[in-house]
Amino acid sequence: MSTTSPLEKPAPVEKAGGAVATYLDQRLGSNKALGRNLGKVFPDHWSFMLGEIVLYSFIVILLTGVYLTLFFKPSMVEVVYDGSYVPLKGVMMSEAYASSLDISFDVRGGLLIRQMHHWAALIFVAAMVVHAFRVFFTGAYRKPRELNWILGVVLLTLALAAGFTGYSLPDDLLSGTGLQIIRGIIQAIPVVGTWLAFFIFGGEYPGTDIISRLYSAHILLVPGLILAIVTVHLMMVWVQKHTQYPGPGRTNTNVVGYPLMPVYMAKAGGFFFVVFGVIALISGLVTINPIWIFGPYTPDQVSAGTQPDWYIGWLDGALRLMPNWETVVAGYTISWNVLIPSVIIPGILFTLLALYPFIEAWVTGDKREHNLLERPRNAPVRTGIGVMAIVFYGILWIGGGNDIVAVAFDLSINSISWALRILLIVAPPIAFIITKRICLGLQRKDRDKLLHGYESGRVLRLPHGEFIEVHEPINVKEMAVITSKTDHAVLPAPQKTDTDGVRNPRYLVHSLRHRLSTFFYGDNVPKPSAAEIEHGQHHAAEQAAIEAPLHEYEDRDVIYNAHGGVLHHPGMPEINAEQIAEETRS
Amino acid sequence: MTVKFLAARRRNPAVAIALLLLALVVVGGAYSLASNAQPAVAAMGSQTQVEEGKKLYLEGCSSCHGLNAQGTKYGPTLIGVGAASVHFQVGTGRMPLAAPGAQAVAKPPAYNEDEVAKMAAYVATLAPGPAIPSAEQVDYADADVAKGGVLFRINCAQCHQAAGQGGALTQGKYAPSLMNATPTEIYEAMLTGPQNMPVFSDETLPVEEKKAIIAYVNELQQAPSPGGLSLGRLGPVVEGLFLWTAVFAALIAAAVWIGIKAR
Repeated sequence: MSTTSPLEKPAPVEKAGGAVATYLDQRLGSNKALGRNLGKVFPDHWSFMLGEIVLYSFIVILLTGVYLTLFFKPSMVEVVYDGSYVPLKGVMMSEAYASSLDISFDVRGGLLIRQMHHWAALIFVAAMVVHAFRVFFTGAYRKPRELNWILGVVLLTLALAAGFTGYSLPDDLLSGTGLQIIRGIIQAIPVVGTWLAFFIFGGEYPGTDIISRLYSAHILLVPGLILAIVTVHLMMVWVQKHTQYPGPGRTNTNVVGYPLMPVYMAKAGGFFFVVFGVIALISGLVTINPIWIFGPYTPDQVSAGTQPDWYIGWLDGALRLMPNWETVVAGYTISWNVLIPSVIIPGILFTLLALYPFIEAWVTGDKREHNLLERPRNAPVRTGIGVMAIVFYGILWIGGGNDIVAVAFDLSINSISWALRILLIVAPPIAFIITKRICLGLQRKDRDKLLHGYESGRVLRLPHGEFIEVHEPINVKEMAVITSKTDHAVLPAPQKTDTDGVRNPRYLVHSLRHRLSTFFYGDNVPKPSAAEIEHGQHHAAEQAAIEAPLHEYEDRDVIYNAHGGVLHHPGMPEINAEQIAEETRS
Repeated sequence: MTVKFLAARRRNPAVAIALLLLALVVVGGAYSLASNAQPAVAAMGSQTQVEEGKKLYLEGCSSCHGLNAQGTKYGPTLIGVGAASVHFQVGTGRMPLAAPGAQAVAKPPAYNEDEVAKMAAYVATLAPGPAIPSAEQVDYADADVAKGGVLFRINCAQCHQAAGQGGALTQGKYAPSLMNATPTEIYEAMLTGPQNMPVFSDETLPVEEKKAIIAYVNELQQAPSPGGLSLGRLGPVVEGLFLWTAVFAALIAAAVWIGIKAR
């Protein structure tokens, strides 16, 4: 807080913003807060910008969405199309579809804005998923950030809702078909399904209400919630401080990076325009959702190759792959074929996703605060689970496009579906095992680096005839990264009865926890002790010292012989010194 | 005057009988007109054409369809399939079959137009069947494109996809892409229902409506893509694929670039 009296001289060189800051501070007392926050330090890594892509594409969605609302009419009143797209002229359609066509063909810049809105929406969800995987694989959701993880899962769910309500608004054949599937899914819910469907659609399908109801959800309810939760999400990052990757000088209790002002202001501001630019470029060059091709929605029509956008695609794939199981209970049909893939499986998956930080903390018994990110290799089970999820999703997504795959690759759709059914069960565990083995292998490699140094790949013959491979000490940065690994102790196996012979009442729970904990960390390669590391690096340094005289010429430039062949390049020991000497002399 | 005359006698018992007779005459007449609209017997080719066609048939087709086109276990009978069917199947290269499979694949035709016409003429003599459509029948210049679009979405899109890009059917069968189909081929396909396609006879889909559909398919083939690259018009799966490869690669590259610049 600065209080300036008329007697005080103004600072000799006042920066351009200074007057404004002073003006505002005198009225709002803002300098203290700004001073504290503008200098806030954030760690630096490209993967921390994935979340920014989410935010920026959301801003683009909001801006373009506002433009679209100026022209879109959320009404299912039947009108005769009289716009400039000739192949639909005179066709009966809903006002929603007609106004979407008008946006595409008769509103200035409308098609570009529509495509920007849609591409940005796809990027929004995609960036969210990639950001979530970054957080997952690095263990950034661990204490104290579990609640922010839950907010992220809520945001993901809301993003899916925003996407789907938007997908359904133009009321073209594609979106109407998607809506019909959603209605089918709602109807499959036991007992209340039919009533719920009638409640949501305001009567029989498609009725006359659903577009305007989806509209209010799409432009008001869902984006409002997203905006509010994103704000809280970011405030929590602010309050809890951003996690950082391990590196020299980085600990669990500090943050090494750059201040918000000016470094991140510039970076983030610049990145916003990059994201905006990429979205605008793609939208100007590549069609998305050509609604004029699909035609107006009528419930008696459907097009081959109908699929949802990619983020709902896995649910469509699950529906397509599910065997046709139904049971009849007291005259009522339970459609397992719809219920399992579209209600039960996503319900379980999203619940597990939201609870994962708590499940992991319970399994590992880890109650410590973690501000330093964990390398994916150091938590092989977690990394394996993440890869398993990606494989699972990928198979379901392929399933959602099984007809496209069948046509494109000249395959039988039945064979594809069967192959995917089997793969869906077999492939994720295989992916898990492979990933876990790779992680453990990398852990062993790290251990070797600590114990023996870095393998230079150069074989040296010593004067007494011995051959050694030269190992070099690893550099400071790598040392900090590798030694950031913390060994997690496996929870001890519980005793069935204590020393007095009293039965342990929680034996089963503790025993399960012990087994899960062993599964989680039991295979980890323990980090060598400080003395071992010291010894190993010392040994490597000794080897490197033996080799040192050979490096005398290392810093030379590239040397060519008379025919243009390379005799020497930087970093290469000078094995043909005589020849080089001759060449450089001439 | 007449109205008064009719109104006075509208409860006369004879009126019911007269109306019934009138209705019968109208319906019957309309039916006979409608069924006459399509000549049941295809226009016969000249005698030499038929004989040469038979020769070609015996050489190229009879091993599967039988010496008298009666059909064998390798191929169906061709009696009654009509000239249009021969013209479609051989003219698009689907016949003769290169290899047995889920369905005959379109390929460069093995016979020239003249030879196809001869074989068609021969098959047409076996029994009455749909004839090759005349130039006038496939002239879609004056057809209503928008009506064709509606008809296309009702009758064709569920297999051939809304943009006519084709779609998968069961067990490796498929509805082919219509992007290279000529008006005559489209007309013949509707008329004869090749492979898995249902027959859309001139009774269910009159000539005018066929023309409208042809006009719409032509529109799909010709129309530019106002939104930029069309990505094959294959729908959201391809859009998603494009997103995850091209678009996301660009964004990650930008993030890495900005990340690197700070060091």
